[in-house]
Amino acid sequence: MKLTINGEKLEATEGQTILEVAQENGIDIPNLCYSPELKPEGACRMCVVDIEGVADPVTACTTEVSAGMVVETETPSLKKMRKVLVELMLANHDVECLTCDKAGDCKLQDYAYRYSVKKVRFEGEKTEFKGIKDDNPFFIRDNRKCILCYKCVNLCKQVQGEASINLENRGFDTRVTTAFDLPLEEINCQFCGLCVNECPTGALMEKSALRKARNWELKKGSTICPYCGVGCELELNIDENDQIVKVTTNSDNVNRGQTCVKGKFGLDFVNSEERLTKPLIKEEGRFREASWEEALDKVADNFGRIRDEFGGDATAALSSAKCTNEENYLMQKFMRAVMGTNSVDHCARL
Amino acid sequence: MATNEENIPSYQDLDFYKSQRRLALANCGFIDPESIEDYIASDGYQALSKVLTEMKPQEVIDEVKESGLRGRGGGGFPTGMKWQFAYDASGDKKYIICNADEGDPGAFMDRGLLEGDPHSILEGMIIGGYAIGADEGYIYIRAEYPLAIKRLEKAITAAEEKGLLGEDIFGSGFNFKLQIKAGAGAFVCGEETGLMASIEGERGMPTPRPPFPANKGLWDKPSNINNVETFANIPIIIREGAASFKELGTEDSSGTKVFALTGMIENTGLAEVEMGTTMREIIFGIGGGIQDDKEFKAVQIGGPSGGCLPDEKLDLPIDYDSLIEAGAMMGSGGLVVMDENSCMVDVARFFLNFVQSESCGKCTPCREGTRRMLEILNRITQGEGEEEDLELLRTLAESVKKLSLCGLGKTAPNPVLSTLRYFEDEYEAHIKNDECPGGVCQNLLPGYIIDYEKCIGCTYCIDACPIDVVDGRLEEIHEINEEDCNACGACEPECPVDAIIQKNYIEHFPQYRHLLEEDEEEVEA
Repeated sequence: MKLTINGEKLEATEGQTILEVAQENGIDIPNLCYSPELKPEGACRMCVVDIEGVADPVTACTTEVSAGMVVETETPSLKKMRKVLVELMLANHDVECLTCDKAGDCKLQDYAYRYSVKKVRFEGEKTEFKGIKDDNPFFIRDNRKCILCYKCVNLCKQVQGEASINLENRGFDTRVTTAFDLPLEEINCQFCGLCVNECPTGALMEKSALRKARNWELKKGSTICPYCGVGCELELNIDENDQIVKVTTNSDNVNRGQTCVKGKFGLDFVNSEERLTKPLIKEEGRFREASWEEALDKVADNFGRIRDEFGGDATAALSSAKCTNEENYLMQKFMRAVMGTNSVDHCARL
Repeated sequence: MATNEENIPSYQDLDFYKSQRRLALANCGFIDPESIEDYIASDGYQALSKVLTEMKPQEVIDEVKESGLRGRGGGGFPTGMKWQFAYDASGDKKYIICNADEGDPGAFMDRGLLEGDPHSILEGMIIGGYAIGADEGYIYIRAEYPLAIKRLEKAITAAEEKGLLGEDIFGSGFNFKLQIKAGAGAFVCGEETGLMASIEGERGMPTPRPPFPANKGLWDKPSNINNVETFANIPIIIREGAASFKELGTEDSSGTKVFALTGMIENTGLAEVEMGTTMREIIFGIGGGIQDDKEFKAVQIGGPSGGCLPDEKLDLPIDYDSLIEAGAMMGSGGLVVMDENSCMVDVARFFLNFVQSESCGKCTPCREGTRRMLEILNRITQGEGEEEDLELLRTLAESVKKLSLCGLGKTAPNPVLSTLRYFEDEYEAHIKNDECPGGVCQNLLPGYIIDYEKCIGCTYCIDACPIDVVDGRLEEIHEINEEDCNACGACEPECPVDAIIQKNYIEHFPQYRHLLEEDEEEVEA
């Protein structure tokens, strides 16, 4: 079907929302609670747009397109309303952008800039919190910066299937927390970090990155997670000393923004000085550095000697889930065809 | 000597009942609500029998459509059309739900019906279930209505025993069962999607529409929700025919409406009148006018979602559309009447305080915006309002109204917008002159002083003062610490010699001149 957004004639398929069509066509409609992985929540109201013939603005994330629809996304009145929304969020937000580690990567900050919120007109009481929650080794929870977009709650329930966190209290006193306010380590949290990745503000932040660098100083590098054969794509955030300060993901990846605790929070070994970077050969109880050629020759010689002297069945192989399927296939092929044994196993067969 | 018959008027001759048109409430007070036989004896379940033995579902829907019945819960959506949507929705499992989560402050229409005539609701629901193709229904009722719940439970059991609920009702092959779900008291659960989330055991939070409940409602099945009073009207429409129902009321709002009349009015209670009756008839006819012969100031209609209407709107014939035009809404039918001693800013503050604490917390404008509006109103009623506050208030009200996710937020600013529209002078009096015309806002009331010429030092006022700001000893002249006095007035009636005077009287009455002069001398010194 055809529809018009901001004067542009666009093509869309039935069932798509206005926001999806706009994003596909490079039209940026502000949003805070939207994620392509979630059912539309319609909570933040930032994505309101005007539809010709409809009296009040509607949210683009929840409204499906229809043929001939004429949509405007940045009219003066919409800009004014979004400005009020940002002001309302900021009025109940711990505004410390000067020192906040989220600065530069914070959607609330971006929208405050976009709609020129210089001064918040609605200053008043803020929801009371007992400060920053530091109850696990991986990330902090700072409810004073939470704007209640509910992405974390919804991702945990709809994507991760854990529902570790939910809402407490009503209205102005609403906050995201665990059951009975228990520490995350005592409940079913898997520390997948999906909530931290998707948090639009500084309410959830990786501990490893705190006070390390401003977001715009970080270099980004794409890599594949070394931990297992799933092959999640990760984005490394590297500071000026070539240290990885945090690992992020985004939903364009093959893993659609998801990782497990290892990929998200377990890559700090890369920075370790004790990391093995060259082969070592043990002689008379001591290790010495060697070249790859020498090390591989030594392994090949000894494998051959064992096979010839004791037969292939004197050997066995255990391969790793960190390897890809192809690597695991090659391992068993090598054992059967070259070593002549069926004694192969894999660490995931538990 | 006059006989009793002459002295005790018939209830129909009482002002309160004379101009009422009791349709939905017809049985209330006349039958034993706990007896199904009583209900049947007053033509109860005749409509159900007619529907199940003579009518097809579509015929039932057409009849309701023709009657022009509109949702009595507030929105005023045509009931027949709503049923049609649910009927047309595909799915073999459908639900019909009765919204008895009556939460408006000062409203008790549904309670009156549920406690006075529970079977009429049941009958309406079973007919609705048959019409849309539902075999299961829920009554979502607030737990604060224990008597209504008890009577509903009893009614359901009695109907089941008589075969009016259960399998193969009237041998028609139609099965229907009913369950009661007691709500935990959240106002937002009166909103359709919030209500269904609550039945499902989820947090009572509204969800965006579409999908509409008619297509994807309770447990994602097509569902239809109507209000208690709407269901109570269904058996009447079927029994008496759509045409006779349509004769009542106005062209676009047929039938009657039950109002809960409260506030500073002579007669309070449930009043059922024809649509199109003027507010003046209800307040001054049925309600008997304002208590203590005071002046009428405003009527708050429609609960927290409604608005305040002034005297000049009293001749408006009440129907759904006229009220919306006037800046209020039918709501569920609460009518709170206010006299000259009410402060309209304080009234707006009261209702806003209610909605902001009942906001579910989901969408930004309602959660944050209503709190900021309340803060501004608090400021104004405490005498700390600034002129810019009115502009801010308007900006916020418009944004909350336009941007909120559900009906609660969309209508939450109505009490503020309507009082700003009709009583802006009161807001200005608070802000510019530090005055509360209604004499309600404590911080803006003139304090009291003691006339030293009259005071006999009896200490009665010292004892009466709840915040201990009167100084003095027995048989010495007492003095009120003017800065700390909060003008509560507790001391004034206690003084045996009328020596305590409100400060603003001083300049108007010559006998207090000496107090005034002293005041000025002090200033000069």
